[in-house]
Amino acid sequence: MTRKRRRLYLVLFGMALLGVATALMLNAFSDNLVFFHSPTDVAAKSFEQDRRFRLGGLVEEDSVIKADDGIGTSFRITDNDNAIKVVFNGSLPDLFREGQGVVAEGKLDANGVFQASEVLAKHDENYMPPEVADALKKSGNWKGE
Amino acid sequence: MVSLHKFANPARFVRMSSALLPWMVGMSAVLITVGLYLGLFVAPPDYQQGESMRIIFVHVPSAWMSMFIYSGMAIASATGLIWKHPVADLLAKASAPVGAGFTFATLASGSLWGQPMWGTWWVWDARLTSYLILFFLYIGYMALWEAFDDPQRAGKAAAILALVGAVNVPIIKFSVDWWNTLHQPASVMKMDGPAIDSSMLVPLLIMALGFTAFYGAVVIVRTQREIMARKVRTLRMAQVQA
Repeated sequence: MTRKRRRLYLVLFGMALLGVATALMLNAFSDNLVFFHSPTDVAAKSFEQDRRFRLGGLVEEDSVIKADDGIGTSFRITDNDNAIKVVFNGSLPDLFREGQGVVAEGKLDANGVFQASEVLAKHDENYMPPEVADALKKSGNWKGE
Repeated sequence: MVSLHKFANPARFVRMSSALLPWMVGMSAVLITVGLYLGLFVAPPDYQQGESMRIIFVHVPSAWMSMFIYSGMAIASATGLIWKHPVADLLAKASAPVGAGFTFATLASGSLWGQPMWGTWWVWDARLTSYLILFFLYIGYMALWEAFDDPQRAGKAAAILALVGAVNVPIIKFSVDWWNTLHQPASVMKMDGPAIDSSMLVPLLIMALGFTAFYGAVVIVRTQREIMARKVRTLRMAQVQA
């Protein structure tokens, strides 16, 4: 075996080993690598009260209610299987709207209502001009919510 | 491999890349001008994000470039380690600051977009965190080159770092698919075709080509400079010994 060949195998072997080690590690930590939990996760894993976590999903249609004081907002986060009511006192991001993705940080209270201290909007991967969005909705080919 | 061997000869690399340089400069100037004009003035606003979406014409091509350049550096580093091609290490060394610049542009533009759209400048989700690690890998790679007096040893250490860091590239790409993140999934490079209207996709691709030509031009100049510096060093060493 020439020295070049030996170095080639050494690099290939090293990279393969590194790849496997990384894959195993990421797999082991995958629960901690998610940015948010869905309402179904929360229903399945029964998060205890006062544990802060992030809840993510879609803002349920017709669920957004502005409080009379003009500051508070309540809405429901859904993943189309389960939904959780969220209460938030603060300013909402530009992209916050019904049917759009959202991630809220906070904790569950005794009534199972999610008390959010921060609400972030999540954007999807679709980019299109307004006319195209309107045309798709009209023709019934709309894939969004 | 024939063409690679040709490039391994520094003198031939300088000759061939010098012929390519004016084309790269011209192409990057034309493509970036056209791409910016189409992106900023001709492309329509997005139905959800409005005018803010125009940041993608810088953000997305920069992100592609930073990952493309890092992958190139990893391949060049492996070539340098295994076959000891004299130009390979220098090519990787010359690429690093350009890649770091694109990475920074991606982080900065994304942060500016995130504040109004998401409601935050930064979150520690899998995409953003793995991408920040890419930035640190670039910085670490450049620092490692400076940490040794002997360029041979510096090149070897930096090459190993570049290879180890290469595992991060697929993690960045697939982070949005493997774990739920705040960052949106891929719009262009996805299995079932782009989820972006062609009126926005065309300027985006033109910008990506323009950035590639820009990288080509800068890396040619920088690699040639590295080759000259290496020659000067060799001559000086010979003088000292004589």
